[in-house]
Amino acid sequence: MEFSPNIVGFACQWCTYAGADLAGNLRCKYPSTVKLIKVPCSGRVEPEYVMQALARGADGVFVGGCHFGDCHYKTGNYKTSRRMMLLTKLLSDMGIAKDRFRLEWISGAEGKKFAETITEYTEQVKKIGPNLFKGGK
Amino acid sequence: MAKVGVYVCHCGSNIAGVVDVAAVREYAETLPDVVVSREYLFMCSDPGQELIRKDIKDGLVDRVVVAACTPRTHEPIFRKALESAGLNKYFFEMANIRDQDSWVHGDDHAGATRKAKQLVASAVAKAANLEALEDTYVDVTQAAMVVGGGVAGIFAALDLANMGHKVYLVEKEPSIGGVMAQLDKTFPTNDCSACILTPIMVEVGTHPNIEMLTYAEVEDVDGYIGNFKVKVRKKQTYVDWTKCTGCGACAEACPAKVPDSFNCGMNDRGAAYIHFPQAVPKKAVVDMKHCLNCAGHKIGQEPRISKKTGEPMLAPCEKACAADAINRSLPWNPEGELIEIEVGTVVLATGYRVMEKEHFKEYAPDSPNVLTALQMERLISATGPTGGKLLRPSDGKKPKVLDFISCVGSRDIRHHTYCSRVCCMYMIKQARLLMEKYPDLEIYMHFIDVRTPGKDFDEYYTHAAEMGIHFIKGKPGGIEMLPDDRLRVLGYDSAMGENIEVDADLVILATAIELPEDAQKLAQKFSMTMDGSGFFKELHPKLKPVDTPIEGVFLAGCCQGPKDIPDTVAQAKAAAASAAIPLAQKRVKIEPILSEVYPEKCSGCGICVPLCPYNAISLKPYADRPRAVIDMTQCKGCGVCASACPSGAIILHGYTDDQIYSQIAALTQSA
Ligand SMILES: Cc1cc2nc3c(=O)[nH]c(=O)nc-3n(C[C@H](O)[C@H](O)[C@H](O)COP(=O)(O)OP(=O)(O)OC[C@H]3O[C@@H](n4cnc5c(N)ncnc54)[C@H](O)[C@@H]3O)c2cc1C
Ligand code: FES
Repeated sequence: MEFSPNIVGFACQWCTYAGADLAGNLRCKYPSTVKLIKVPCSGRVEPEYVMQALARGADGVFVGGCHFGDCHYKTGNYKTSRRMMLLTKLLSDMGIAKDRFRLEWISGAEGKKFAETITEYTEQVKKIGPNLFKGGK
Repeated sequence: MAKVGVYVCHCGSNIAGVVDVAAVREYAETLPDVVVSREYLFMCSDPGQELIRKDIKDGLVDRVVVAACTPRTHEPIFRKALESAGLNKYFFEMANIRDQDSWVHGDDHAGATRKAKQLVASAVAKAANLEALEDTYVDVTQAAMVVGGGVAGIFAALDLANMGHKVYLVEKEPSIGGVMAQLDKTFPTNDCSACILTPIMVEVGTHPNIEMLTYAEVEDVDGYIGNFKVKVRKKQTYVDWTKCTGCGACAEACPAKVPDSFNCGMNDRGAAYIHFPQAVPKKAVVDMKHCLNCAGHKIGQEPRISKKTGEPMLAPCEKACAADAINRSLPWNPEGELIEIEVGTVVLATGYRVMEKEHFKEYAPDSPNVLTALQMERLISATGPTGGKLLRPSDGKKPKVLDFISCVGSRDIRHHTYCSRVCCMYMIKQARLLMEKYPDLEIYMHFIDVRTPGKDFDEYYTHAAEMGIHFIKGKPGGIEMLPDDRLRVLGYDSAMGENIEVDADLVILATAIELPEDAQKLAQKFSMTMDGSGFFKELHPKLKPVDTPIEGVFLAGCCQGPKDIPDTVAQAKAAAASAAIPLAQKRVKIEPILSEVYPEKCSGCGICVPLCPYNAISLKPYADRPRAVIDMTQCKGCGVCASACPSGAIILHGYTDDQIYSQIAALTQSA
């Protein structure tokens, strides 16, 4: 059977989660790999969540927030950006393919972009192959 | 142990046509904490909600998961159902198996079903970890603000004021009126714009409940529904408006030459000027950027003394002002005045701008005889640069052949893909008005197609055709400049299937309606989102057409999308009615999705303090050391602090670590 990656997604409720809903309204097709966890702001996503998902065997982790300047809480996404930059470095250091992780800014008007991003990102994770970790709490 | 009930919705065939609903329901039964799992055709219908209410009342379930459309529209509906059955409404979680599943995986039924199961597992895991929360209520400040004083803002302000509410109307120009004040006559009835608008502007200006803040802009916004704190900057006018009578003597005396924006740059005004003759308020402004400092009398300095006469040398504007409203010697603050206003609700009505012709290199923008349609409005208006006479800008002579081009910048992937909605009608209007006044004119109009879907609109168009105006279907590829400042429009007539060239004296471009750049800044201040076309986005295109993601902020007029005056007024009145609801309710609910510090765990490190975008966190002494405290009235629930706290002492209710980790665990279990 073809490998279909299991991807855990975190999406801020104002932009990316709304963008994903819009993709639905527009019936933009994309692979059924990503399952979103709704958070108020991308700034609520702790790097530990990403690590935990990967440690538990998720093949990929996606985080989506508003474009810079558009965060509903003014600056949450800047904080996300900084945290996730550090996280990416850490992942590489720990021998986890950093491309398993993806951070994107997708607005509530960008349904098509959401679908395209997930399609492209799924391909990327497929290339890396299954995550063989099975630990975590 | 939590008793979770799972309710899977078919949404007619929207979900059930793709997802195997029965399989999802059966799978849910196997999940920990789930005591009952049901499916129904429309969970949000009354019988659907009744299934939930009954299970709660029977004591069967104490946590509810609905797998259906999206929480963005339906969470409030189901929360109400919980509440009416006597269960805390925050014991609810939704799995998005329509918008984010069946609608996007229509060609992968197995994948969609697997994903639905995982999403349900995730929601169940979270539901089992939910906590009871209580709404709080705050009093609503009994006032509203309307930003933008075009026809939309005018009607929104008037309706709110007539309902008895105090209204602050903020307008960035010296006068209210907006684009409608620039129009000559208005379709489809051809009544004169000034004649219908001016009396209403006066009504706004004299209304006891309306405080006009013109030549003013919003600088900063704080707070939330019921209690917005808006900082408004009243720009410096350099004229004492309490004394100015609006006589216009200063404007006549001023020798500076500044392109007159009200007349779309077709003539000059002084640096001292009155926005337009029917301005409300009718007050002068000295535009210091263009002031020549006549007689060497700079603002804030004592005048020089004439060697000849021994008298102080005053600038012409000062001398001309009989009311003593212009005194350049005073220490005017160039920053104007910053005032803070508290309001309960806000209506944004900041309108639009038309694209300038410079964007369209193919249409000879350098020719003075190529005009935008808004310039044409001014050219034919009795208050315009020529007093309403149709004269060619290049030589001041009367043109014989006119050519209109539609969809310039609209319905064009190089600029805007949307239709600007009003252009077909105003082009026909201008052509008709001109034909009535100058029957010997020859008028051509190029359309991609004519769109006239309004009340009495198509009759308006048919009549124009009967008047002998030439309609040509096909968009011109370009314009050539001919000698004598004439123009050759290189068109295509799709009815004849051949090229057509029109040699014209004047060409009018119906340029697209778009938002100005400063709209983006305003959007950020109010946390508005923009739609794909770049306009302010309403909360729901059908059911919440004037609401926004920010509770208490509403939209009216062209800032929400291109529309004509009838639609603008209708929307303004809708926005006013919606903005009045919280004022009438007198108190509003604050959702408890907020952050809280557990002081026992807090180490007092203070990392969270500068992170909070709302300055809601401070360190306060608690037992032996200072610890973080969150001001609940300032917190908006983003959770940035909770994510940063190294001691895990801050929790964001509704999105706690436990809840999110349980979702991660559920999603990484194989389904
Ligand atoms: C050439 C032309 C002809 C037209 N002819 C007709 C017609 O015949 N009939 C018809 O029904 N419609 C016509 N229309 C459409 C009509 O102009 C609009 O429907 C109407 O003006 C929309 O009103 P509004 O209040 O939404 O926007 P606007 O008229 O743009 O008013 C917005 C106001 O907000 C102010 N503002 C903007 N930003 C800020 C800010 N940041 N802070 C404070 N204030 C701000 C502006 O200065 C302005 O006063 C025509 C349009 C064009 C371009
Ligand atoms: S709300 Fe979307 S990133 Fe902050």
